[in-house]
Amino acid sequence: MTGIVTTPEVATPPATAAARPERRRSTRRRSGRGALVGWLFLLPATVFYIAFVLWPILSTINYSFYDWNGITPATFVGVQNYVALVTQPELLGSIINAFVLIIFFSLIPTALGLVIAATIRGISGSRLAGIARVVLFLPQIIPLVAAGIIWTWLLSTDGLINQLLRGIGLGGITRAWLGDFTTALPAVGVIGAWVLLGLCTLLLLSGMSKLDPSLSEASRLDGAGAVREFLSITVPLLKAEIGVCITVTVIAALASFDIIYIATQGGPGNSTMVPGLQIFYLAFTQREVGLASALAVALMVLVLAVVLPIQRIFRGNDQ
Amino acid sequence: MEKTRPKRRAAIRVPALAGMALAAVLGLSACAPGGSAAPSQTTATFAGGTPTCGTKPVTMNAYFETGFPLPKALTDEFTKQHPNVTWNIREDQFAVITQNAARTLSDSAPDLMRLPSIADLAKEGLLKNLDGYATAFGWDKWPASQLEQLRVDKSGSRGSGSLYAQGLNFSLTGVFYNKDLAKKAGITGTPTTLAELDADLAKAKAAGITPIAQFNGGATGGLAFPLQQLMAAYGSPTSINDWVFQKSGADIDTATNKQAAAHLEKWVKAGYFASDVNSLDYAGMMSRFIGGKSLFIFDGDWESGNLDKQMAGKAGFFLMPSATAGGKQAAMSAPLTYGIAAGAKHADCAATFLNWVATDKTARSIAVKVGGSHPMGLADAYMPEVDSSTVTGQTLAAGATVSKDNGAMDFIANATNAIYAKSWTPQLQSLVAGRVSSDDLLKSVQSDYLSQIKQ
Repeated sequence: MTGIVTTPEVATPPATAAARPERRRSTRRRSGRGALVGWLFLLPATVFYIAFVLWPILSTINYSFYDWNGITPATFVGVQNYVALVTQPELLGSIINAFVLIIFFSLIPTALGLVIAATIRGISGSRLAGIARVVLFLPQIIPLVAAGIIWTWLLSTDGLINQLLRGIGLGGITRAWLGDFTTALPAVGVIGAWVLLGLCTLLLLSGMSKLDPSLSEASRLDGAGAVREFLSITVPLLKAEIGVCITVTVIAALASFDIIYIATQGGPGNSTMVPGLQIFYLAFTQREVGLASALAVALMVLVLAVVLPIQRIFRGNDQ
Repeated sequence: MEKTRPKRRAAIRVPALAGMALAAVLGLSACAPGGSAAPSQTTATFAGGTPTCGTKPVTMNAYFETGFPLPKALTDEFTKQHPNVTWNIREDQFAVITQNAARTLSDSAPDLMRLPSIADLAKEGLLKNLDGYATAFGWDKWPASQLEQLRVDKSGSRGSGSLYAQGLNFSLTGVFYNKDLAKKAGITGTPTTLAELDADLAKAKAAGITPIAQFNGGATGGLAFPLQQLMAAYGSPTSINDWVFQKSGADIDTATNKQAAAHLEKWVKAGYFASDVNSLDYAGMMSRFIGGKSLFIFDGDWESGNLDKQMAGKAGFFLMPSATAGGKQAAMSAPLTYGIAAGAKHADCAATFLNWVATDKTARSIAVKVGGSHPMGLADAYMPEVDSSTVTGQTLAAGATVSKDNGAMDFIANATNAIYAKSWTPQLQSLVAGRVSSDDLLKSVQSDYLSQIKQ
């Protein structure tokens, strides 16, 4: 979705006095034949990037100014599709749903992931830690469609969740979780949380393993308990990893499609409708490619508008 | 400082590169999509005489719906009778076919394809006009109502104009019931009025049996089945057809339809539907009905063969009773729609196949025994023997009643491409949840309909 473009690192010779003439020559070479070779190395990736990232994005932007059914010649309509976006309440509703999903796709996995990662690290010596890692990461390797199907069964009227609730005497609150207007969106959110928890846990765990053990030792010597150490040492030092978790999962929430398409298809009513699904319906059911493209462009802008400030917050005082 | 310099240089160059690429791509993309004109609406290209599949080897390029054995059974039999014709068949779920129909018809031009709603496809010139074949084969002598839904006029409304598709058979809907559960609830005969059906539902509820299992979950608002049946019980199928065919001035929000929607709302409030109706899908409904967990389902005769096999002797069928005693009976009835792409290579052979399906004795037997529905064709054409006590026998007999009462209607979900997924389904789900009243439901659907046909 968001390709991370790394700037090509140019080899830097050591900046010592002795090396200076050498360096000047290499600079000259870079601007001549060397640069050409450098660009040639870049060419394959550039071609793919243009063909599969830039070109589709620009085509989508182009389509968004047309009234087009995907087959017959299109008519140019200017910004009319964008006007429709802000004037149709159901489109706005789907964007609100996507923001609600951030709680489940992003905040819960990150918060729980932190606690779980700290716990696993605490017991890193035992075999249980390895098992816990595998079990938690398992949802990540299950295709989202399969996850959607599994959860549809679990959350059905006679599914495992309701059986468990009845088993512990909570039969009164059982319901078709995905078929109820009030619970469908949170239920879909739970599926997302389940999928993304493993990813966040693993990311945070790898971040924790890089932390200097002397810091935690020092805090222990100063009399900090596990909770104080977690809050004052671990969490602040994991800022970058938490930033990555939040970014990836917020994008997953705002651009969600697969889980919802499988579990509820946007229903009941429009209670689980999200922009990704709306784009799909507009393009393939209503065959309004222009309006679908406009919504896709709006979604891309929305994701950037949410993610860029998050990036800034978590990168802010790094140095 | 020294360290960051090369990085900054690169950082300057990368945007420059991106800018160049962007400019290049923008230049390329600054043109209207869909530039190549679609094939214009072709009148029948067929020149005269009776079309055939010839004698040379022909490989037919076909696109069918997954999960229904009828088309494959028919093509196998056709090859047996015409050994020079072989089939290259691709299958997908109906939802996938719906989403890809226009693209497939224009890009790979199948000789024979299962079709969703045909109005737009015909208007865009993607379907072969079959008028020439209709004359050549004498389809114009069939009962007119059979092919009505497959006609599209110049303005793009269905119901009249040129023929753009054919049927492998035509289906019929009504109410299926579980005989054991009916007995347990103390129900002695099939209802002849709507009031009697209400009484049966109440009896089942009182006996602790779920009266109706109906799919209404996800994007499939199956409550449209009982709703439309109720509409026809109170009103006339003609006005419903006008609405589906997009006749000018057609309105779904009529007095009798309001009564129908209010009646459905009454059923919902009385708890006649399974409590999880908003998360029940079609497969779930079938497994509950076959498993003996509910008395009724509103469904179509495409399940007749299946029910005769899985519930042998235990399932029955009746047409939706009218609101008044002795009133006319109606059913949703639609041809199992197949068409030929405008650019198909073997259009003559495909048309020959479609004619063979409706006229060949073996083919008609397959249409009934495998498909469970009535074959297309002349009213007095050959019919295979079917035991009248089976579900298949009952649905075929019901077909005769419906044609006598002139009660065939197209499905209200077929009015526009988006009306089912974007209007009926969310509205019916909201009705179940008590979030919308029956009056508002029809008002919303009508306003969605008007905005959709304007586009």
